[in-house]
Amino acid sequence: MNGCESQHINRRSFLKRGTLGATGLLIGFYLPELRQAHAADSVRSNSAASGGRVTLNAWIHVSADDTVTIFIDKSEMGQSVLTGLAMIAADELECDWQKVRTEFAPADKVYFNPQFGAQGTGASTATRTSWEPLRKAGAAARMMLLRAAAQKWGVEPSECRAEKGAILHAPTGRRTSYGSVSQAAGKIPVPQEIPLKDPRDFRIIGKPTRRLDTPDKVNGRAEFGIDVRRENMLYAVVARCPVFGGKVASFDASKAKAIPGVKHVAQISSGVAVVADNSWTAMEGRRALDVKWDEGPNAAATSETIRKLFAERASRPGHIARKDGDPEAQIEHAARKIEAVYEVPFLAHATMEPQNCTADVTAQRCDVWAPTQNQTNAQKTAADITGLDPSKVFVHTTFLGGGFGRRFESDYVADAVEVSKAAGKPVKVTWSREDDIQHDFYRTASYAKFTAGLDADGWPTVWMNRIACPSIMGRFGPLKDNFDARSVEICDAVPYAIPNILVDYQLAEAGIPVGFWRSVGASQNGFFLESFIDELAAEGNKDPYELRRHLLRNAPRHLRVLETAAEKAGWGTPPPAGRFRGLAVVSSYFGYVAHVIEISVDRSKRSLNVHRVVCALDCGRVVNPSSIDAQVKSSVVYGLTAALHGEITIDRGRVQQSNFHDYQMLRIADMPVVDVYIIPSELAPTGTGEFAVPPVAPALCNAIFAATRRRIRRLPVRPEDLA
Amino acid sequence: MPIEFTLNGKPQRVNVAPNMPLLWFLRDTLGMTGTKFGCGMALCGACTVHINGEAVRSCVTPVSSVAGKQVVTIEGLSEDRSHPVQRAWIELDVPQCGYCQSGQIMSAAALLAKNPHPSDAEIDDAMRGNICRCGTYHRIRLAIQRAARLKYPQAKSAKARAGGAELLPTAQFAAQGGGK
Repeated sequence: MNGCESQHINRRSFLKRGTLGATGLLIGFYLPELRQAHAADSVRSNSAASGGRVTLNAWIHVSADDTVTIFIDKSEMGQSVLTGLAMIAADELECDWQKVRTEFAPADKVYFNPQFGAQGTGASTATRTSWEPLRKAGAAARMMLLRAAAQKWGVEPSECRAEKGAILHAPTGRRTSYGSVSQAAGKIPVPQEIPLKDPRDFRIIGKPTRRLDTPDKVNGRAEFGIDVRRENMLYAVVARCPVFGGKVASFDASKAKAIPGVKHVAQISSGVAVVADNSWTAMEGRRALDVKWDEGPNAAATSETIRKLFAERASRPGHIARKDGDPEAQIEHAARKIEAVYEVPFLAHATMEPQNCTADVTAQRCDVWAPTQNQTNAQKTAADITGLDPSKVFVHTTFLGGGFGRRFESDYVADAVEVSKAAGKPVKVTWSREDDIQHDFYRTASYAKFTAGLDADGWPTVWMNRIACPSIMGRFGPLKDNFDARSVEICDAVPYAIPNILVDYQLAEAGIPVGFWRSVGASQNGFFLESFIDELAAEGNKDPYELRRHLLRNAPRHLRVLETAAEKAGWGTPPPAGRFRGLAVVSSYFGYVAHVIEISVDRSKRSLNVHRVVCALDCGRVVNPSSIDAQVKSSVVYGLTAALHGEITIDRGRVQQSNFHDYQMLRIADMPVVDVYIIPSELAPTGTGEFAVPPVAPALCNAIFAATRRRIRRLPVRPEDLA
Repeated sequence: MPIEFTLNGKPQRVNVAPNMPLLWFLRDTLGMTGTKFGCGMALCGACTVHINGEAVRSCVTPVSSVAGKQVVTIEGLSEDRSHPVQRAWIELDVPQCGYCQSGQIMSAAALLAKNPHPSDAEIDDAMRGNICRCGTYHRIRLAIQRAARLKYPQAKSAKARAGGAELLPTAQFAAQGGGK
């Protein structure tokens, strides 16, 4: 599709393996070489701040004025990765936090995310995969500074210690700042053995810490992709075929070119680009464009035809993702058999910053300024289009105005590179909100069929679950046995002690582009699993909390978050008059989250209020509890927006929604109280940007069931569901 | 005919198509990129500026309509992040991705100029037109209340010390042993 095969295959095969144990080995290899690689990068990055800056490794740079610059090799899209990664490195470096600056790293192999085999940010990997390498990078730099000071004083390094940006020699009371020994430290060999701090000695990690990027985000200074300006830059928009898979048949640009300020009209892979001396004129030019489209094979698709396709596929056995016991035989012996079908729609990402990219293509090099989650793929995309070697493509990562997986794609990079190549000038391509909503890689629609058996006491004995939906991974290469594990993730990991389990998958391609959307398969499968287990509790006449507790007796981390959320929310005590509670617990991205959601329903108005969300989570060791508070609240808003409003519908092969009037977002008045509780843990940290999304929809719908006795099996929640 | 208005306290002469939205004049013609494009239909509030003190969506405001008026953008709110709303935003660490925050701050500043001590309901009402996809709404409410105290410290007892650690919202650790 856009050439991201290798990293996606790596991402997939990696996900199967679980964790990469090689990060420690990796840093030993690449720290030394890196300094040269990085010196070269610093020269070409033309950074004003690089004067007098000594590169100690790919991440840590110390200047004579004691400023420590930490290179951030992940994309900052709101999740506070810039601050979190800096905290990890700075703690081991023992520098003065007030002297820390950050810079986004260039595209380079040294910054590859081990989970993807590419430089990229997603799948909640940033904190988890950077934890050990960044601690080592900070510790190695500290050791080099310390040895440089010891050499200068002619004392044993073991007699010195590092503290708040300085080296101290206790026996003589001498002290020197990092900046004053940075030049000498740059000549010290990179240590091969890098002991790390005892976590009890962490000074920064684990403390609520303000974000380093906040000051530039309160006065308009933070540079997002859409803010990039280059000398002689032109501005472009692209007219795209409204039907997925369609293409340009012919176009007449005469009216567009007649508009003052329109400079070029050019056909590119994604459609017809109008290039002008500002964005608005380019949009006016696009309105004046007359394009005939060849709508291609999807022109008749509707949401209803897609739904029927899913239902038809789900009527046949699929590829088995999990089988425990003998579910087919045991279902016949069940005292009761419960069946249900659940459905979710396509969803757009709707990042607040519409897609955009700026490119400057010349015969010798290509510069790309992009709000990208996928630097390696941005580089490869530009190299493929220009024919330049990837080493001649320079990717400059800006701040991202939201990512949520949308910016793991590189379609907007291709737009800018193609237009700049055609126009012979630097060009910024900006998507309108309509372009963004109608040309996304959507969270897939999906269809889940359940059959369960209960014994005479109402306990589940059989759990059968079939999923039918399009595949994301199928975009990047042929699927083995038409099976995509990401389509069934969470559903294949039923944590409940049920002796007979069958989970299978039917591929159902719908002709609609699908992609990674905050929490990916877990976003819909958490809803399926946690709604149906709630149904079984009701059918077996059991409290939904007590049923889960009993069935999670062998799943201690699930159990702990469930019990904590229930206790903090007062489960088992009557809620305030008119209020109802629902709960859900989901493990995804190596973490565990339980939500208890408290709502009230006004059945006459067919409306509901979400009053309170109590969240308990286990994410391993905590880096920044303030960021976790923010990420959980963010996930609650993202999950509620999807559950209450989110639906992309298809008619005549095109998306019917276009902007925030018909693709609605949660607004401030709808924001519930959210209480966040962290389970203390000494395990390595996991990412927290996604895992609180999946339990939102089921906890909400389980609360609606408590209020109305009506089970929501199709999202979003509709007014008639609340009658 | 050039259009004349006051932009962040300085006279501004405009020689562009009169129907060009103020947003694109600011961003592309002047290079003042703090004001953001989000929807182009006054649905999201990312482009909010002040026109004669009112919070206005610049994406649907033709540049010709601001002739003779006072326009203030995020760049002109203060020289040094000292506006009470900016100070409160920093103390409570409001932004996540940050893209909508110029608009949020401009809406909040316009609210406080008219209503020194808004209730939560009044805050919700005034901020309803500003979408935050990251979900910073909770901190926005807290920060507007904090900004009200910073702006009018005599009216209510101000919290001890500006930028105090106690202001930073954070998750709680559950007690060891947790659960029941």
